[in-house]
Amino acid sequence: MTAIPHLQIKNLYARIEGKEIIKGLSLEVKGGEVHAIMGPNGTGKSTLASTLMGHPKYEVTGGEVIFNGENLLEMEVDERARAGLFLAMQYPAEISGITNSDFLRSAINARRGEGNEISLMKFIRELDKKMATLEMDESFAHRYLNEGFSGGEKKRNEILQMMMLEPKICILDEIDSGLDIDALKIVANGVNQMRSADRGFLIITHYQRLLNYIKPDFVHVMMQGRIVKSGGPELAERLEAEGYDWIKEELGIEDETVNANV
Amino acid sequence: MSVDVQLRFDRQAITGFSRANREPDWFLEKRLAGFQAAAELPLPALEKMKIDKWNYNQFEPFQTCSPVSSVQELDEVVKAQIDLDNVRNLLVQKNASTQFYAVTDDLKQQGVIFAPLAVALEQHGELVKKYMLNVVPYDEHALTALHAAVINGGAFLYVPKNVEVSVPLQAVYEVAGDRALLCPHVIIVAEANSRVTYVDTFVSAEGKDMVTNSIVEVYVGSGAFVQVASVRSLSADVHDYSFRRATVDRDGKVEWILGEMNDGNTVANNTTLLKGTASTAETKTVAVGTGVQRQNLTSQVFHFGTYSESNILSKAVMTEEAFCILNGITKIEKGATKANGEQAENILMLSEKARGDANPILLIDEDDVKAGHAASVGRVSEESIYYLMSRGISREQAERLIILGFLDPVVAEIPIEEVKKKLRQALERKLG
Repeated sequence: MTAIPHLQIKNLYARIEGKEIIKGLSLEVKGGEVHAIMGPNGTGKSTLASTLMGHPKYEVTGGEVIFNGENLLEMEVDERARAGLFLAMQYPAEISGITNSDFLRSAINARRGEGNEISLMKFIRELDKKMATLEMDESFAHRYLNEGFSGGEKKRNEILQMMMLEPKICILDEIDSGLDIDALKIVANGVNQMRSADRGFLIITHYQRLLNYIKPDFVHVMMQGRIVKSGGPELAERLEAEGYDWIKEELGIEDETVNANV
Repeated sequence: MSVDVQLRFDRQAITGFSRANREPDWFLEKRLAGFQAAAELPLPALEKMKIDKWNYNQFEPFQTCSPVSSVQELDEVVKAQIDLDNVRNLLVQKNASTQFYAVTDDLKQQGVIFAPLAVALEQHGELVKKYMLNVVPYDEHALTALHAAVINGGAFLYVPKNVEVSVPLQAVYEVAGDRALLCPHVIIVAEANSRVTYVDTFVSAEGKDMVTNSIVEVYVGSGAFVQVASVRSLSADVHDYSFRRATVDRDGKVEWILGEMNDGNTVANNTTLLKGTASTAETKTVAVGTGVQRQNLTSQVFHFGTYSESNILSKAVMTEEAFCILNGITKIEKGATKANGEQAENILMLSEKARGDANPILLIDEDDVKAGHAASVGRVSEESIYYLMSRGISREQAERLIILGFLDPVVAEIPIEEVKKKLRQALERKLG
C-alpha cells in the first residue's frame, strides 16, 4: 500500500503538431525527493509537464514512462491523476458554472470511488484549513473555477487542488511565474507542508528564487529537449549567479532551444 | 390553413363543451370566432423553420376525465411534480379536465383569485372578460385562433392591489392518450404594487400524436412584480406550441424563467411589452435538445416606456441530431428614451449532427438608449475537459460538469427552490 512513489522517464521523445520538442529525456523521481528542472525559455520544460499529464495535443514518439510499475503512457489523463500524478498548470482553464468547491469535491470523489465519497463536513473542514494556509479568501470556494481569477489567484488555486488531492508525484509547472514575493512565500509554504517520504516533486522553473523557498534535492538543466546537466542545490545557486552560458560553453551548445538542429 | 383540412372536431363539439361548462355567451362567441379565423389565418412565420408539416390541428380537443379527491390518486408523472406532503395552492389539469384544485383560506381572505379558468369564467366572468385574449389577440395567426377555439382549461390568477402572495402558486398540466389536446389559457393579473409567483410544469403520459397549445397572458400593474416559471417536460409524442406575453406598467417587473425540456418539437414565443416608465423584464431560458427534435424559441421585449430595462439570457445544449433556433429580439420604440436592453444567446453543441442557431436582434428607433447583445454557438472545449480529467474526473463526468456549468448561470439564479429542483430533475433526465 505505502510503496514509495516512483516515476521513471526513459529516453522520452514527444512532439506537438508534428514538431519534436522532447528529445531523449531521462529522469527518475521518487517519494521524498524534490527535483527542480531549470532552463531558459523554449527548451521543452512545460512540454515535459504536459506530456507526462497526457495533454491531447502532445504525442509521445519514443521512450517510456513508468509510474509505480505501470506504463503511464497507456493511461488516460484521468487514470494518471487517479494513480497519483498531479500537474499544477501554468495556464489552467477557466470553467464557467462549476464552483471551485463542487469541482474539488468531484475530483476527490473520483479518486476515492463510488461508495467511499468524502463526507461534506469533512470536505468543508479540509478545504477551510487549506485555504487558510494559502491565505485564500473564503469566497474562492464558491466562485466559478478559475473564472476571472488573477494569475496569482490561479496559481494558489492550483496548489489548493494539490493539497486537497494529496497526489503521489506532483509536477509544478512554473508555479512561481507572475507571483510577487509574498504570494511566492505562501505558495512555497503550501508545497513544503506537503513534502513527505511518500510524495515526490518535480518543480519546473526558470528562476532560482522559488528554490530559495522550496529547497530541491536535485537540480537538472534542460536544453534542446533533454536534460543536459544534473546536480545538487549548489547547481541552482551557480545558475543564479552566472546564468546558463557556462553550461552552453561546457557542452558546446550554441542554441539551447528545441529549434536547434542537434 | 387551407379550408379542406379535415379536423377531428367541429362547431358543435366546441359549443357542446362550452355549454357543458356553463360558459358565458361572450366566451363561446370568442371560441367560434377563433374557429372561423383558424381556417383563414396563416401559421406564424418562424425564423428558419417550417412547421406546416407538424401536427398542430390533428387532435380530439375535449377528452375529459374524472377529478380526484386526493393528490395521491393523480398520475405518477404529475405526482413527481408536486410536493405531496405540502399541497397548498395547486391546480392540476389533465387534457380537458381539472383533476385537482386547492387554494388556502388566507389567500382567499386576501382577495386573491386562483382558480381553474372554467370556474373563474362562471364566478368572475366580467373580470376574466377584461383580460381574455387581450394582450395576445386570438386572430394573430392560425395557432392563436385555434387555441381560442379549443381552450380546454387553464387558470385565472388575480392579485388585488398591494397584496403580496408569499408562496408560489403551482399548476401542473398533463396531456395523455392518443390524439389528446392540452390547451390551457392562463391569465395572471397583478394589480398595483402586488407581488406573485406562478409556477407551472407541463408533463405527458402514454399516447400518440398529442398536442399542447397554450397561452399565458400576464398583466403587471404599476409597481407590481410577477414571476412566471415554466418547466416543460413533454414527450417526443407531443407537439408543443406556447405563446406567453406580459404587459408591464410603470415601475412594474416581470421575470420569466423557462425550462424547455421537451423531447418533442417545440415552438415557444415569449414576449414582454414594457409599457410603463421604468418597467423591467427579465427573461431566462434554458433548453436541451435531444434525439431529432426541433425547437424554435423566441424571447422578445418591446420597450415603450422611458427608462425601461430588459435582459434576455438564453442557453441551449444540443445533443444527438437536435436542432434549435434561439431568437432574441429587443425592440426599443421611438420615445423610449434611456431604455436599456441587453440580451445573450449561447448554444453548446455536443454532437456533430446537432445544429444550433442563435439570432440576436436589436431594433432601435430611439437614439438615447443603451442596448447590447452577445451570441455564441460552440462546442465543449478540449482544454477544459483535459483540465478536469487531470484532476481524476472521467471524460464523461467532465463533459457533464461543463454542460451543467454552461447552464448554471440561468439555473442558479432561479429564485424559487422548488423550480430549481424541478429544472435540475428535468436536466438530469434529458442529459442522462
